[in-house]
Amino acid sequence: MKILVCISNVPDTTSKINFSPDKTQFDTTGVQFVINPNDEFGLTRAMWFKEKQGAAVHVATVGGATVEPTMRKALAIGADEAIRINAEPTDGFFVAQQLAEVVKNGEYNLVIAGRESIDYNGGMVPGIMAALLNMNFVNTCIGLEIEGDKVTAIREIDGGKETLSTSLPLVIGGQKGLVEESDLRIPNMRGIMMARQKKLNVVEPINATHATSDKSFDKPAPKGAVKLVDPENIQELIDLLHNEAKVI
Amino acid sequence: MSVLVYTEADNGKFKKNALEAASYAHKIAQELGTTVTAVSFNVADTTSLATYGVSKVLKINNDSLKTFNANAYAMALAEAAQKEGIKVIILSSSTDSKYLGALLAGKLQAGYVPNVVAAPDSVNPMVVKRMAFSNKGFAHTEIKTDIKIIGVSNNAYGVHENKATLSEEVFKPSIDDAAFSTKSVNVDKVVGEVTIADADIVVSAGRGLKGPENWGMIEELASVLGAATACSKPVSDMGWRSHGEHVGQTGKPVASNLYIAIGISGAIQHLAGVSASKVKVVINTDPEAPFFKAADYGIVGDAFDVVPKLIEKLKEFKAQNA
Ligand SMILES: Cc1cc2nc3c(=O)[nH]c(=O)nc-3n(C[C@H](O)[C@H](O)[C@H](O)COP(=O)(O)OP(=O)(O)OC[C@H]3O[C@@H](n4cnc5c(N)ncnc54)[C@H](O)[C@@H]3O)c2cc1C
Ligand SMILES: Nc1ncnc2c1ncn2[C@@H]1O[C@H](COP(=O)(O)O)[C@@H](O)[C@H]1O
Repeated sequence: MKILVCISNVPDTTSKINFSPDKTQFDTTGVQFVINPNDEFGLTRAMWFKEKQGAAVHVATVGGATVEPTMRKALAIGADEAIRINAEPTDGFFVAQQLAEVVKNGEYNLVIAGRESIDYNGGMVPGIMAALLNMNFVNTCIGLEIEGDKVTAIREIDGGKETLSTSLPLVIGGQKGLVEESDLRIPNMRGIMMARQKKLNVVEPINATHATSDKSFDKPAPKGAVKLVDPENIQELIDLLHNEAKVI
Repeated sequence: MSVLVYTEADNGKFKKNALEAASYAHKIAQELGTTVTAVSFNVADTTSLATYGVSKVLKINNDSLKTFNANAYAMALAEAAQKEGIKVIILSSSTDSKYLGALLAGKLQAGYVPNVVAAPDSVNPMVVKRMAFSNKGFAHTEIKTDIKIIGVSNNAYGVHENKATLSEEVFKPSIDDAAFSTKSVNVDKVVGEVTIADADIVVSAGRGLKGPENWGMIEELASVLGAATACSKPVSDMGWRSHGEHVGQTGKPVASNLYIAIGISGAIQHLAGVSASKVKVVINTDPEAPFFKAADYGIVGDAFDVVPKLIEKLKEFKAQNA
């Protein structure tokens, strides 16, 4: 099995989000970047396939040189090789085309991406990639078992879960559940040292379509002060929810 | 050149998000000077679509599509779009719609924008406002391709009535076996309970509840309100509640009318996932809990004291307003 884990480089979940004064760009000042949480679950699952089933695990990111620390972290966690496609990931369709090219050239038969990146929240890269490559696709994947070419996958659905049978080659959009929170690995010193020896290949992007473009950004309107209700007067809360907020 | 809408159904009945997507499609169709065409899967009675501005429905009745299959559904929608010369396709942002939306975008080489929270800024060029950075911001995004796909966020644009005259057409897409190379073998769904995605009200509890044995009152509160139950991440990580209830940035998104947070501190990752809810109520012993800053109404108090009283008062209220 040859696995490609697609990693997006996103602001740490605790980041405050700000935009440039003209509102056309995300302001990265003081922001720490990390492996997208959904991708971290996928990478950890890939490590399991490597250790238990002898899979080769590569990671790929579409991004400028600033994403390399995140890629080194993926190598320190245990990926064998990393590929950086040297382009700004401004549009999901563009990113999917770039990654599809890497998948084709590298003959990967399992592509693990995340359900969505927590920055631009497109939730589209894995599905578009699967359609472009004509590979099977399971989204919101919370369980993945592979025997030969046969795959059993579990996906989260609204109100429960669904078990699917499918086969390689396959793309998944993964999330928590692929592995548990407690299975996530923090790179140790040895991993970090070994990562320095591993290959981080930089490839130039292919010509591709930009299907969308973000014209401007804004933040949610600031919230008014909370109305506090006395715990001895619960009826007041019910009246407010009924008459003022009109939600019950 | 009409606007195409995918109308999600459950057990042969349209879901609320289908009517919301239809309302949104009607809004765009009006601005483009055209009409709305819907595609339905195994819905016998589609007349309700006329109330939400749909002029034509392509009815697919096919037993092999009884269970949702993203690839097969995407193929059917792509064929409908081609047959009707469609340039704009509207979906919801449910789990299933997002699954098929991305496949459809790949098949049609279309720009796709999910999580859209308002009527378009403009239709020519097509610029829509969508949620970004896990609800910490919004992006105004232009879709530049010939065919455009828009995923409407739950409960944001809303359901709007627009009477139309509806014509029906049986549609038989040519779906081959290859479409089913990924297939459902088992669906494990809690039936009869309100799901977080569809709920108007969500009752959510956190670590402040001390242990799983104390969830009885949370479930009772939810049942009085006809609400779905949810929880914070540590609660599901510790196995107090199932993973399916975990809401927030790394869990399920919540966009309900009312979100009640009990014993949840309001960490930034939690707030990111629930802030699309319209009205938020917080019950917490700690007046300094960050959630109070993000809430509309709050009670500083002990959940074990407040929640039973709230249940009792709500029962009285429901009895009077029944
Ligand atoms: C990468 C990452 C992603 C994350 N994603 C998510 C996510 O998606 N969703 C999420 O929820 N969290 C997420 N978290 C975790 C988040 O940072 C918080 O740790 C978590 O939300 C806290 O859960 P809590 O509010 O239930 O618990 P605590 O923070 O422990 O809060 C418990 C609250 O209960 C109150 N309390 C105690 N006793 C009572 C009582 N008797 N009555 C009333 N109130 C009481 C306390 O005052 C306190 O405010 C994420 C963290 C990371 C690092
Ligand atoms: N720039 C990128 N480089 C590599 N993978 C990406 C990139 N952007 C998105 N992905 C992958 O696609 C998934 C979904 O991202 P998105 O469609 O942007 O929400 C992510 O979890 C990643 O696995």
